[in-house]
Amino acid sequence: MSRGNQSWLIGAWLFFTSLFSSSAWAETQLNLTKGATAVSREVYDLHMLALYICTAIGVVVFGIMFWSMVFHRKSKGAKAADFHESTKVEILWTAIPIVILIAMAIPATSTLIDMENNDDSDLTIQITGSQWKWHYKYFDQNIEFYSVLSTPREQYENQNGSFEGNGAEKGENYLLEVDRHLVIPVNKKVRFLITSDDVIHAWWIPAFAVKQDANPGFINEAWTIVDEPGIYRGQCAELCGKDHGFMPIVVEVKSAADYDTWLNEQHALIAQAANAEKASLSASMSKEELMQLGETTYMAYCAACHQPTGLGLPPMFPALKGSAMATTGKIADHIDMVLNGKNAMPGFGKQLSLKEIAAVVTYERNAWGNDTGDLVQSSDVNAASGSK
Amino acid sequence: MTTKKYESYYVPAQSHWPIVGAVALFMIAFGAGNYVTDIKNDVGGYGGYLLLAGIALVIYMVVGWFSNVINESMSGKYSHQMDQSFRQGMSWFIFSEVMFFAAFFGALLYARTLSIPWLDGEGNNAMTGAVLWPEFTATWPLIKTPDGTETTAMGWYGLPLINTILLLTSSVTAHFAHVALEKNNRPQLKAWLGLTIVLALVFLSLQVLEYAHGYSDEMQLYLTSGIYGNTFYMLTGFHGLHVLLGCIMLIVMFFRILKGHFTPENHFAFQAASWYWHFVDVVWVFLFVFVYIL
Amino acid sequence: MTTETVNESLDESHDDEHHDHKMTGIKRWLYTTNHKDIGTLYLWFSFIMFLTGGALAMVIRMELFQPGLQIVEPDFFNQLTTVHGLIMVFGAIMPAFTGFANWLIPMMIGAPDMALPRMNNWSFWILPFAFAILIGSFFMESGAPNFGWTFYAPLSTTYSNGSTAFFVFAVHIMGISSIMGAINIVVTIMNLRAPGMTYMKMPLFVWTFFITAYLLIAVMPVLAGVVTMVLTDTYFGTSFFDAAGGGDPVMFQHIFWFFGHPEVYIMILPAFGIVSTIIPAFSRKQLFGYTSMVYATASIAFLSFIVWAHHMFTTGMPLAGELFFMYATMLIAVPTGVKVFNWVATMWRGSMTFEVPMLFSIAFVILFTIGGFSGLMLALTPVDFQYHDTYFVVAHFHYVLVTGSLFSIYAGAYYWLPKWTGHMYNDSLAKWHFWCSLISVNLLFFPMHFLGLAGMPRRIPDYALQFADFNKWVSIGGFAFGLSQLIFLAVVIKCIKGGDKAPAKPWDGAEGLEWTVASPAPYHTFSTPPKID
Ligand code: HEA
Ligand code: HEA
Ligand code: HEC
Ligand code: CUA
Ligand SMILES: [Cu+2]
Repeated sequence: MSRGNQSWLIGAWLFFTSLFSSSAWAETQLNLTKGATAVSREVYDLHMLALYICTAIGVVVFGIMFWSMVFHRKSKGAKAADFHESTKVEILWTAIPIVILIAMAIPATSTLIDMENNDDSDLTIQITGSQWKWHYKYFDQNIEFYSVLSTPREQYENQNGSFEGNGAEKGENYLLEVDRHLVIPVNKKVRFLITSDDVIHAWWIPAFAVKQDANPGFINEAWTIVDEPGIYRGQCAELCGKDHGFMPIVVEVKSAADYDTWLNEQHALIAQAANAEKASLSASMSKEELMQLGETTYMAYCAACHQPTGLGLPPMFPALKGSAMATTGKIADHIDMVLNGKNAMPGFGKQLSLKEIAAVVTYERNAWGNDTGDLVQSSDVNAASGSK
Repeated sequence: MTTKKYESYYVPAQSHWPIVGAVALFMIAFGAGNYVTDIKNDVGGYGGYLLLAGIALVIYMVVGWFSNVINESMSGKYSHQMDQSFRQGMSWFIFSEVMFFAAFFGALLYARTLSIPWLDGEGNNAMTGAVLWPEFTATWPLIKTPDGTETTAMGWYGLPLINTILLLTSSVTAHFAHVALEKNNRPQLKAWLGLTIVLALVFLSLQVLEYAHGYSDEMQLYLTSGIYGNTFYMLTGFHGLHVLLGCIMLIVMFFRILKGHFTPENHFAFQAASWYWHFVDVVWVFLFVFVYIL
Repeated sequence: MTTETVNESLDESHDDEHHDHKMTGIKRWLYTTNHKDIGTLYLWFSFIMFLTGGALAMVIRMELFQPGLQIVEPDFFNQLTTVHGLIMVFGAIMPAFTGFANWLIPMMIGAPDMALPRMNNWSFWILPFAFAILIGSFFMESGAPNFGWTFYAPLSTTYSNGSTAFFVFAVHIMGISSIMGAINIVVTIMNLRAPGMTYMKMPLFVWTFFITAYLLIAVMPVLAGVVTMVLTDTYFGTSFFDAAGGGDPVMFQHIFWFFGHPEVYIMILPAFGIVSTIIPAFSRKQLFGYTSMVYATASIAFLSFIVWAHHMFTTGMPLAGELFFMYATMLIAVPTGVKVFNWVATMWRGSMTFEVPMLFSIAFVILFTIGGFSGLMLALTPVDFQYHDTYFVVAHFHYVLVTGSLFSIYAGAYYWLPKWTGHMYNDSLAKWHFWCSLISVNLLFFPMHFLGLAGMPRRIPDYALQFADFNKWVSIGGFAFGLSQLIFLAVVIKCIKGGDKAPAKPWDGAEGLEWTVASPAPYHTFSTPPKID
């Protein structure tokens, strides 16, 4: 390299080191997690085994290569030998890899058989993915709920502007936090029934070494037994459209006692919600209340597709601002769309309360200059859904 | 360098047909893309016209290109080696067609032996059947889909059986035509080839009748009737298109024979058309077995 | 570099009467039936596509430079990823290899041209149109395809953005082009070898393209079939991939990967051929184990048909299926290993020099092997549950594709540039290209392994904070690698325009008929076939 390049090199070096120091390397993870289950540790060991074997083969093969590159070069006066085949060595280097592969295949097989054994579970949870949230349903418990990303939009939408310092400060669990955790007990075999309402998603918690595709129309099974209470985070692992990167999974593992308390709380909450639904039927809300609740609901559940501006992302997601259905169309059709969905539009009947649906429909009919003046009450929604 | 005299391999000079063909394919692809998109969005557009223009251009290209080839062949530019290239090219092309059908047969077999039983809870899918599709029972033909669409299965007797006999016979007559050509018996050649074409046309008409029957209110077997209707129409439909293509090839051969083309030694084009015809027959045999009988 | 005198007798002195003189201007390229012209067209097309696909990758890397949504919307990000993958696979790597095949196979086997020259022209000219449709969809209302290059249903059907039809028809005509190109290669090799050139005397380069062409003929129609099903599911109400009608979304993946896995070997077998030509040349020693190389190539091709479901371990296949596909996949390491060992044995006790083609070939052997190792790790089903759909997979396939296929293409380009252009390339610029690429490509793709292991999913426009450091490095590596590729453009242009006059055989260790003709190779070679003994 010529001397003129050196100052350039130093400059580049300074640039790189400055990058280095600006970042917090301590947090950076290099290797696969060992996880928190027996299976995940087996998987980790298998990973390390494969890694060591590959490294060893690499050292030998590249070693020989570099040896000949150094010593068998023309500039050192090397004269080419003229051997060019040998059945013996060909057989040898076919056989040795086969042996090595068998050595890897044996533990892999036993781990796999273990992972696929879904019998004798203590608890079954149905997991349903949909664009872009997870739904959890506890069998025999009558508990079910949705779990949605809870990182505020301001934290990730620092779009227009310079790189650093735009948008809100990103939190510790940026993009890995949800409004409601999946809660499971420690040291119990939990079976997951995984499926989807629309496209393929995949439910993945690295610490459990569980990754299963959620296929619409089919149920895949997986299981885990977690040793340590704690909070474990994962993400959807199959491209599922626009917000594939924004549907994290959070599992909270609780001790047996805490888990029971949690169950009781949930039952109480469910009872409360049912009462509230009933009460909302007779109550009628003011426009301000409706619009306020409607806006929060809209931002949480609808804005992902229809955008906060109501302009949507046509042609995939239609605009609601000025759309026929949300302005001149019949209110009943509008409610029906939100309750039951159509094509790629999910139904929200299961997910939102009557009050919230009433509010969001009101909001859509009056926001962004839609100004129809229509008010929709829980009882209207209830009528449309044929009692919930 | 001293070499014995080889037959020289004919390398055509520049030709404008390929680029015409490429433009035509572009018009077809872009036109068809617009066309189906517009249908789905329920708007009118120029897609359909572009598609038709593309098809017309392809036909123009094929005619022009092949007449070049025929002229070169008739003026004796082609060596034995060239003939060999055409033959091998045609056989590998037919092989690629086989693989295209294999994809659809694969879909059919997958649905029958895997996905439908799974939806009913077979294998590691017990919960799929129990939780998602409790009402569903696996049958083949799938006359009731998991979401409850009902339809009827097309029997193998009647039209399909007649069609099978027609096509198998036509394969034999095509072979006889070839034998006649090799013996240089032109009247017989014309008779056998003519008969093959008639059989092919009858087959196609019966196929149309069968579709009409399927789409009747009585059968309600539509392209949209679940995986059974899907595979039924896609397989028989693509097969039908290939029969049509093969039939056109045979008709072209017929006219070339009327014009006195081909000799017992030199008749690659005829051979290719007849190979294609046999291939179409073999596909039908598989169809008859897997789509209709089993 | 030492040179040899040309075998004058084979020089282009006895033109046959039917060889018209080449046209000039645009018509020459539009109407040509000459394998060298068509090879040139393929190579330029592929390079332009590489720059286009690379430009998309640059936007991807800019967005991923740091956490947060910076410059593109998530949906547009998916379009970038999808089209990047499609362009690189179908537009950059595959046409580049077809370009090599066109230029070199006829010269290597002593044929006057490709067997079906007009069809050859058609195969090429379909491609620009197909990619015009694909890239054009960026400018349509619906946007470009956004469902990944693997277009899994039902994301590509019921839930797609409305440009699916354009994608489908573009793939259809691309497929027609590939099938015709492959048939041409097969027929040329079967039928146009010079007398005495038996199959086992063919250069290994020709063998790898021969086998690759078979793979293409076998699997491109399957791709055509599966896109057709996607089309009818999206627009005509069928339910191939919809459980409600008795279909299965996973069926899509089976059919797709039945095509898709052989497809990845379509992109590596020719690379093996190129490298197997170059390493002996600069080791000045015959290729070690020619026969076993042929059989290894054939075994890889055969095995490639029975391993497809290793892309689908997490789809909930029955245990027996998972085991079968794990074992079959692991087996591929054996014939591939044979190849690697044979290359090393070829270098062993050779008399090596390190011209740029050799540098790229050596880098290929090492870096491809690293990519192969990560492939082997992915093959272990239980661990694939952790790796699947993370950046570990992205690292794997960029190692085999970029430092594998792409590096072999560079190696081959430098090796044959003198034959193509008649000039030597500028050696110091070429060395800059090599070293800059080598360093930056590893900065670009090596940390992706760590990202994947730490849990970063692929195909996401934004990520959690613990992935920030490596992504920054990866992006910097990416920009540097991208800029380095412009050096190559400069080298090629300089080489076409001028440079030292290349002798017929610029590499003293090179073997093969292509070195017996002048540089640049005359427009028509071997009108009468050479005799091989
Ligand atoms: C050129 C392209 C190419 C090549 C050559 C390969 C080669 C291999 N690939 Fe790769 N692969 C891809 C391109 C390629 N792949 C792409 C594009 C994807 C992603 C697609 C997508 O989802 O978008 C993918 C994904 C992919 C997966 C799916 C991962 C997932 O999504 O979860 C798997 C799993 O098994 C896999 C395995 C392998 C294996 C075992 C090889 C083997 O052929 C490697 C063999 C080589 C070696 C092993 C090294 C040399 C051998 C030795 C030195 C001998 C001794 C060694 C031992 C005994 C260990 N690949
Ligand atoms: C042969 C194939 C090939 C090649 C060569 C490449 C090359 C590159 N790829 Fe490729 N990649 C794929 C095949 C390939 N890729 C596939 C199949 C996928 C999967 C898609 C999917 O998930 O569906 C993928 C996915 C993929 C991702 C993951 C996206 C995601 O999951 O969201 C990323 C991310 O970094 C990436 C980056 C790059 C980069 C930086 C290069 C670089 O090597 C590119 C370098 C080249 C250039 C940059 C062009 C030359 C320079 C200019 C045009 C000048 C302008 C330059 C500057 C402004 C610096 N690729
Ligand atoms: C996953 C993306 C998604 C989410 C989330 C979503 N929608 Fe939609 N929405 C769609 C799509 C897609 C359509 C178009 C459906 C069709 O007609 O095919 C649609 C259509 C509509 C329409 C009809 C518009 C018209 O003019 O036809 C209304 C009203 C509507 N959505 C309201 C809502 C409300 C209220 C919410 C939240 C509670 C919501 N959407 C959340 C995707 C979504
Ligand atoms: Cu859900 Cu990705
Ligand atoms: Cu693969």
